[in-house]
Amino acid sequence: MSEAVAAGGAPARPAQLFDYLLRIADTSLVLAQRLGEWIGHAPAIEEDLGFANTALDLLGQARLLFAYAAEVEGRGRSEDDLAFLREEADYRNATLAELPNGDFGDTIVRQFLIDAYQIVLYGGLRKSRDARLAEIAAKALKETRYHLRYSSNWLVRLGDGTEESHARVQASLDRFWPHTAEFFDADDLDRAVTGAGIAPPVQDLRADWLRQIEPVLAEATLQRPPDAAHRWYGKQGRHSEHLGHLLADLQYLQRAHPGARW
Amino acid sequence: MNEAGDWPLYEIFIRARGGLDHKHVGSVHAADAAMAIEHARDVYTRRQEGISVWAVRSTDIVASDPGEAESLFDPARDKVYRHPTFYEIPKEVETL
Amino acid sequence: MYTQGLAEPPARAGAPEPVVEDAEQLRRFEARIDAEEKIEPKDWMPAAYRRTLIRQISQHAHSEIVGMLPEGNWIGRAPSLQRKLILIAKVQDEGGHGAYLYSAAETLGVSRAELIDQLLAGTAKYSSIFNYPTRSWADIGAIGWLVDGAAIMNQIPLCRCSYGPYARAMTRVCKEESFHQRQGYDIMLKLANGTPAQKRMAQDALDRWWWPSLMMFGPPDTDSQHTALSVRWKIKRFTNDELRQKFIDFTVPQARYLGLEVPDPELRWDEQGRCHRFGEIDWSEFHAVLKGDGPCNRERMLARRDAHEAGRWVREAALAHAAKHRRAAAMA
Repeated sequence: MSEAVAAGGAPARPAQLFDYLLRIADTSLVLAQRLGEWIGHAPAIEEDLGFANTALDLLGQARLLFAYAAEVEGRGRSEDDLAFLREEADYRNATLAELPNGDFGDTIVRQFLIDAYQIVLYGGLRKSRDARLAEIAAKALKETRYHLRYSSNWLVRLGDGTEESHARVQASLDRFWPHTAEFFDADDLDRAVTGAGIAPPVQDLRADWLRQIEPVLAEATLQRPPDAAHRWYGKQGRHSEHLGHLLADLQYLQRAHPGARW
Repeated sequence: MNEAGDWPLYEIFIRARGGLDHKHVGSVHAADAAMAIEHARDVYTRRQEGISVWAVRSTDIVASDPGEAESLFDPARDKVYRHPTFYEIPKEVETL
Repeated sequence: MYTQGLAEPPARAGAPEPVVEDAEQLRRFEARIDAEEKIEPKDWMPAAYRRTLIRQISQHAHSEIVGMLPEGNWIGRAPSLQRKLILIAKVQDEGGHGAYLYSAAETLGVSRAELIDQLLAGTAKYSSIFNYPTRSWADIGAIGWLVDGAAIMNQIPLCRCSYGPYARAMTRVCKEESFHQRQGYDIMLKLANGTPAQKRMAQDALDRWWWPSLMMFGPPDTDSQHTALSVRWKIKRFTNDELRQKFIDFTVPQARYLGLEVPDPELRWDEQGRCHRFGEIDWSEFHAVLKGDGPCNRERMLARRDAHEAGRWVREAALAHAAKHRRAAAMA
């Protein structure tokens, strides 16, 4: 695990902490929303249950983070206001999380890449100078270890399964790989929260992430794809075409019945 | 692979708390041992029902034949002297 | 979620005749049933008992699995994070219950794959209620309140069913389901006390789900020729009509508390009989839905078949991977 957090530096402004919390929370929320689409349609009943469990964990993480973000913001917004009532460009999830489920292999690859990222991220955040965030990260880390075990085991089965399954997941990996670049590409916000000792330096997480990923890819007989030129930045609100549709579902009732209680 | 392509059946045993035996709770289908444990976790411990799981291939379980239950188990019935209540001990004798 | 007192067709022509059974074995079996002993998988049992159980348990399992679809339709649109968590947990439980029940059915010597094939081929039945659409969020409330309410009424006696694995599975199911009905009523409470649009939503859901919920108990006792045997063998402990009446008597005051109107102009309290009298159920609708002509039968089956087909390469890959590793281990 990387030496996570800088010892000192300038404290982050509340607005920066708020934005940063949304990045983590939105990735969990959006990924959970995607996993929810599987329930009732998975390749076996037990996999319906497995995806549901992961979705529940991710939503639980999102709730803790939104609740904290709402407090940090101090404008009286609730966790649901934050989760349901922002504009598309104000969602800060990693782009990979919003990509459509595709087939089971696509979902497993997307999950695997994000699980491994969340492992190194939460591993670093556990040592955050922000005690509340450190506590949330410690809880989330336990859950994420199981998620990674589940997605890794599946990736190995599919990669080293039949010719068809191997070809399918290699294609999924090739397609999704470029979307992982944004995890580790530090921007001003990343530098600010790192400088304040809140978050680990994201550029340093990549080596740890690869250490999580590479043995599994090897066991799955999959090739690590080359890095791509174009980078997506969902974490800055620059999303794919897919997020808007996902939000149309997510936000439907909140938008159709403003102010109603459920 | 069986004829319909379903995964093999595993019987699942769960230890509810430290100090208790593993208890049979049902079965899951799984392609391999790791999957059997994951499936058992998702199917049988959604409400903290366990702290440990055993999974055994159903075909590996050897069971007694109910038709032989009488010859297997009835002979124990008249061995009343194996139970402490068989013995009458005078009241005056303590801690026995 | 639930099984239904389906009209059980007589054994189909061409089906293998049950072997002539030993009268002495049958007598001993029935004596055990009378003594409230549980029957376990490898025990001797009449072929008809086994057949009835396989049919009932698998119909029940199929109902759980198909039942994930109408509620799953609202997971993406649940109106708050908390509601989304609850709904996912609930739909997940339905899948878990399906898994317990297939597991119980498999102890009778039939494989889950065969049972699922029967469902996908359209030869197995499942609860008719899941062939109705979930059009609004209030339908999620109504399903929890009414459909799970009816299910619980059916299921609690099944915890004492004479077949051990079924009784044990049902005990687990009932324990877990106690939250399902409550969360449904909780949704209805919020809607009934909400905006005018939310109230309309709630009333509309009750209007649509009331009669199908009553049908969940199955045809009237006079038309259900197999109830007698099921009751004698303690697979079933109450008749369809008894359970239906109990459900209505429980539910009507709950509707009143919500300020909603039960869509039955003939509904009234009978002081002498100490029960509610209610209007006639449209059994032609029930039979049509059961036969495959409900609003969503085709969609539900299509969704199940699509999932099954789309998952085939995944299931095969997992088996292929396991086989490779068994070979590798054997050579090591």
